Amino acid sequence: MQTGSVLPDTARIMGWLDDVPDPEIPVVSVTELGIVREVWWEDATLVVAVTPTYSGCPATAVIALQIETKLRDMGISDLRIETRLSPPWTTDWITQGARDKLRDYGIAPPVDGTASGGLAAARAARMGGGGNLVIECPRCGSGDTRRVSQFGSTPCKAAYQCQACLEPFDYFKCL
Amino acid sequence: MTQTADVTASALDEALVQWLLRIGDTSLILGHRVSEWCGHAPVLEEDIALANTALDLIGHTQMWLGLAGQIEGKGRDADALVYRRDAMHYRNLKLVELPNDDMAITVMRLFLFDVFHQALIEGLTQSKDPRIAEIAAKALKEVTYHLERSSDLVVRLGDGTQQSHDRMQAALEHLWPYCGEMFWSDAVDETLADAGLAPHPDRLREGWLATVQDILTEATLKAPEGRLDVHLGGKVGRHTEHLGFLLAEMQFLQRAYPDADW
Repeated sequence: MQTGSVLPDTARIMGWLDDVPDPEIPVVSVTELGIVREVWWEDATLVVAVTPTYSGCPATAVIALQIETKLRDMGISDLRIETRLSPPWTTDWITQGARDKLRDYGIAPPVDGTASGGLAAARAARMGGGGNLVIECPRCGSGDTRRVSQFGSTPCKAAYQCQACLEPFDYFKCL
Repeated sequence: MTQTADVTASALDEALVQWLLRIGDTSLILGHRVSEWCGHAPVLEEDIALANTALDLIGHTQMWLGLAGQIEGKGRDADALVYRRDAMHYRNLKLVELPNDDMAITVMRLFLFDVFHQALIEGLTQSKDPRIAEIAAKALKEVTYHLERSSDLVVRLGDGTQQSHDRMQAALEHLWPYCGEMFWSDAVDETLADAGLAPHPDRLREGWLATVQDILTEATLKAPEGRLDVHLGGKVGRHTEHLGFLLAEMQFLQRAYPDADW
């Protein structure tokens, strides 16, 4: 930080980070996804706590780099980014606004209560012929959709297809 | 008195490093094996799913081995542990180093391991060491997802065509004698269990057998009658010849061009 100036308050800094997009889903920001957990000052050093979405998400390093670049652009040169594992990230932290943006972008947002329940949920889903949870098509809004694969184009998504309009789409997995 | 406490603390740390190498190496080697399918899996969806599973496992490896290096205190980070150790210093289960060979082996191995892994990670969320509990809480969601997927596939392929059934049964027979190592224990495991840091491996055996039996029945597959614990030794550094070939490929770049970065 430049000498003689007042340190910007953390709410303002969080506001700057609203402009940092997720590298893989650029319509939503890192703050809307809930992965920036906290920012605070340690004397003149700014500390940003970031939580990974998935353990092996390759975007994690890019996200840290983008946050650092943004803050340096805003004039903060003394900063540190910390990885925070606990509590683990959950899709519950994705804001309502971001869920709407995801849908507009063609990605079905996470449906609460569909997180992995282990073996019991898998078997129930098999017996129910794919589960009774409705994932709506982001294109036409139909609830008549089926899961094509448990994994999609990135670790955070699963592949679905709409039976009504036949559109294949990504579903943001509930975690 | 102080001296005794110090010795005890350092003995616990030593066991903890060994234990972290075991869980981290197992995650790494399985992740690497699964990643070998990238671009080669029989269908696109499987290709993507396997690559994502590999990513999760390698993500867990970074956390486990990162902690191992930190506690060891010799300046080795996760990368140094992964790229600069020979086979004899690896502590992974033999089960995970066996070659993929057949897609049936890959699917069956993931299932047999996932049942164990999910129970282990769930137990670790209760670890008295917050560093372990924190990693486990992060990994649990992913590991649970893996188990859903692999158990589902075992049923589909086992109770599928005659060919898929026979190949899954053969894979099961092939892997069965390696499974006992998941429940094998030595002083390292005893130390961790006594300190409340990790569940005793033996405690996981019964639940594993019950769940595996359940899914195999649904998959119309038959649990082999032979012993589970035929092939042991991976946890103490005695490996099959396959691990050396895997490491040769995985470590080539860092061995040929130490500290290469881009």
